[in-house]
Amino acid sequence: MTVTEDAPSNAQQGQLKHLPRLDAVLRMSEVRAAELADGEPIAGENDQTMIINMGPAHPSTHGVLRLMLELDGEIVRRSKPIVGYLHTGMEKTGEALTFLQGPTNVTRMDYAAPLFNELVFSMAVEELLQVEVPERATWIRMLMCELNRISSHLLFMATNGMDLGAVSMMIYGWREREQVLRFFEMVTGLRMNHNYIRPGGVAADLPDGWRDEVLALMDMLPPRLAEYDTLMTGQPLWRNRLQGVGVLSPEEANALSITGPILRSTGVEWDLRKDMPYLAYDQVDFSVVVGTYGDCFDRYAIRLEEIRESINIVNQIVELMPRGDYRIQDAKVTPPPRARIDESMEALIHHFKIFTEGFKVPEGEVYVAVESPRGELGCYLVSDGGSKPFRMHIRGPSFVNLQSLPHMMADSLLADTVAIISSADPILGEVDR
Amino acid sequence: MREPGHPFLSDGVNFGDVLLSLVMVVIAFVLCLVATMLMVWFERKVVGRLQNRLGPNVAGPFGLLQTLADGMKLFFKEDIIPTKADRFVFQLAPYLALVPAFLTFTLIPLAGDFSEGGSASSTIAGREFFWQVADVPVGILFLLAMSSLGIYGILLAGWSSGSKYPLLGSVRASAQAISYEAALGLSLAAVILVSGTLSTQDIVAVQAGEGFGGIIPNWNVIVTGFVPFVVFLVAGTAELNRPPFDLVEAEQELVGGFHTEYSSIRFALFFLAEFMNTVTMGAIIVTLFFGGPSGPNPGGTFVGPLVGFGWFFAKLLVFLFIFVWFRATLPRVRYDQLMDLGWKVLIPISLAWLLILGAIRIARDGNIGVANDVVGDAAFVLVVGMVILGLGYWMVRTAVVNARAERMEAAGLTEVAVLPDSRTEQEIS
Repeated sequence: MTVTEDAPSNAQQGQLKHLPRLDAVLRMSEVRAAELADGEPIAGENDQTMIINMGPAHPSTHGVLRLMLELDGEIVRRSKPIVGYLHTGMEKTGEALTFLQGPTNVTRMDYAAPLFNELVFSMAVEELLQVEVPERATWIRMLMCELNRISSHLLFMATNGMDLGAVSMMIYGWREREQVLRFFEMVTGLRMNHNYIRPGGVAADLPDGWRDEVLALMDMLPPRLAEYDTLMTGQPLWRNRLQGVGVLSPEEANALSITGPILRSTGVEWDLRKDMPYLAYDQVDFSVVVGTYGDCFDRYAIRLEEIRESINIVNQIVELMPRGDYRIQDAKVTPPPRARIDESMEALIHHFKIFTEGFKVPEGEVYVAVESPRGELGCYLVSDGGSKPFRMHIRGPSFVNLQSLPHMMADSLLADTVAIISSADPILGEVDR
Repeated sequence: MREPGHPFLSDGVNFGDVLLSLVMVVIAFVLCLVATMLMVWFERKVVGRLQNRLGPNVAGPFGLLQTLADGMKLFFKEDIIPTKADRFVFQLAPYLALVPAFLTFTLIPLAGDFSEGGSASSTIAGREFFWQVADVPVGILFLLAMSSLGIYGILLAGWSSGSKYPLLGSVRASAQAISYEAALGLSLAAVILVSGTLSTQDIVAVQAGEGFGGIIPNWNVIVTGFVPFVVFLVAGTAELNRPPFDLVEAEQELVGGFHTEYSSIRFALFFLAEFMNTVTMGAIIVTLFFGGPSGPNPGGTFVGPLVGFGWFFAKLLVFLFIFVWFRATLPRVRYDQLMDLGWKVLIPISLAWLLILGAIRIARDGNIGVANDVVGDAAFVLVVGMVILGLGYWMVRTAVVNARAERMEAAGLTEVAVLPDSRTEQEIS
């Protein structure tokens, strides 16, 4: 965060003696914020502002985000997001784990979209290994990720409704998400933190009857989304709360390297699935949803429409799903089949070596990015030729997107800040990593 | 109609009168508490069903005793008073919220046979009484006074907590009270106008008469033309600080609003007051607009009042359900939007409607004699009223504009400071 000392100097100019300039977008330095916490007025005697802490223990800061707000009545003049309350050192931990153990670690970052973390890590490792995953593995990954996008956006629908006081929406969103998670459990054995997508493919093939399950899900969702439209999209109170709130311009969004639905809400058509296709996204037909005004309502509507687009993609994947292997049959990366271990001593040793030492990855560095539900999720991986990454860095979209909060919140009402945080949809696990 | 007077005010008050009053107070108090308890259960159960949940179902049959269990839990919790709090006011505030909530309930006629030929009052041991604690001649004024007093509890609670979020809550409470009391009062004025009385008992008695065509009841909701009822319902919900107007406690914004710092039994008192107010507001709506306990009644010493109570309860239940329904469905209104709704929509509407009702009434009485027919007279009164209202609006507007210009000049500014307005004029793709 940049240190900005504009307010006192502006006040000294006499022009803004009584009213702070309304369009000012100011942020406080950590030092200044610490001083203010002791109750010191920010800009002299005449300034009737109040510093208030929102979080880290606040019902609607989505976990442990802390916001320092400067309030003039109920109007937020300046704000500063403060992160670090959920720092778990996952990037550092990644250096102590083998490439095969990596997904277990990264899957816990964005816990609302765990499969994307696994995907981006696995893709980075595969890029370093210079291996090509089988076609079926690619399509399984795509299927799971699109379902995960749906579940993540459903979670957004739930929390966004909750934050604006539509408490029933909370339960409805969870209800639908639960169905998606049930499918995940059927495939991966877990509802979250799956460790399903691994370097070289996926952990297991899709179980019998997966097609019916997915199709049942895709039949269930559209009527429910229509319900959301009735409950929220067309509801005047809902529109009043979101329209024109937290507006971000495309220029601002680009300058702050905002990605995902927040960027698309400003009208910029940027989706890695379309612009830098990975997996097999160039073989499915879908459109990128963009907004016009860059306000909270656009961000809400984009996510709602993206669920519909994802349903569309999933339906195509179900039809196009190829046969074949679900992981590469490269003895260097893949353990031997279970049956071989019983027969062959060498196979047993091979299996043991892969899961203890791990496999060696050629020296090099790579950056791979995918479109997670929150934006560009990137993984920068450096290997020194060993079996563990030399350095792993994750570009968490939530973390970068948080930068936009002070810009969107400037001169909004306190109630709007809640809507704005909600529409940024940050996952704090990913912010702090 | 006003036969049974006030035992304490009339001559020859004796022990029996005092006893009767005491019994009535106790019964009403217990009834109110039980109703509140059931209301909490009802709300949780209904919201639960609306949200695909079961709601409370463990404590007692159908979870009926859940409120009792919660109350006991809260009672045994540590009572924390923040060091920065104003101790006296902090401790006083919950009672200020609770007592008016109960006092309003005393005005509600709970039972009685209001049908043709029946008697609204009953007699025990030669003492005639109405089925309400007190039939105050200035009933509705008392009601308005009490609902205003209730806000003080919230206001002082937030202020005395010595904390920022509660302070914001209490600022919101005071602003909300000011903007909604006016609309509430104006819609009540319509009821008073058509009923010609301030007493709640008499208002019910007036509504018990035969209405249009002999089939439609003579309820005020129809007689006053529906608009005052809608205004009252909206303003009443705002007055109750219930969703979608629960800005005062808005947990997503202000953590807990005015009661953030409250714990233990003091919090329980606020909670109780809120739900008691809900029951009372539902009862007030039923009394003022839907004829209270009146309805087809077989009559009789015991059956008559009982059936009256049945009617009252059935009507009350409808409104309690509507309040719960609001909570489950609507997102919260924003602070400035709430003010807009109060000042720019509800108050003008109720003013205009009051004017129309007044015009019709005057014209029907035939005291003007301008056009010598009802429609013409009504139109005349309307035009005069409109002109006066327009004049008033112009004066207020001029005052506001001048005041703003003076403030701007004093501040040395040329730009007007306005709240960020919602994007109403633009269409969404």
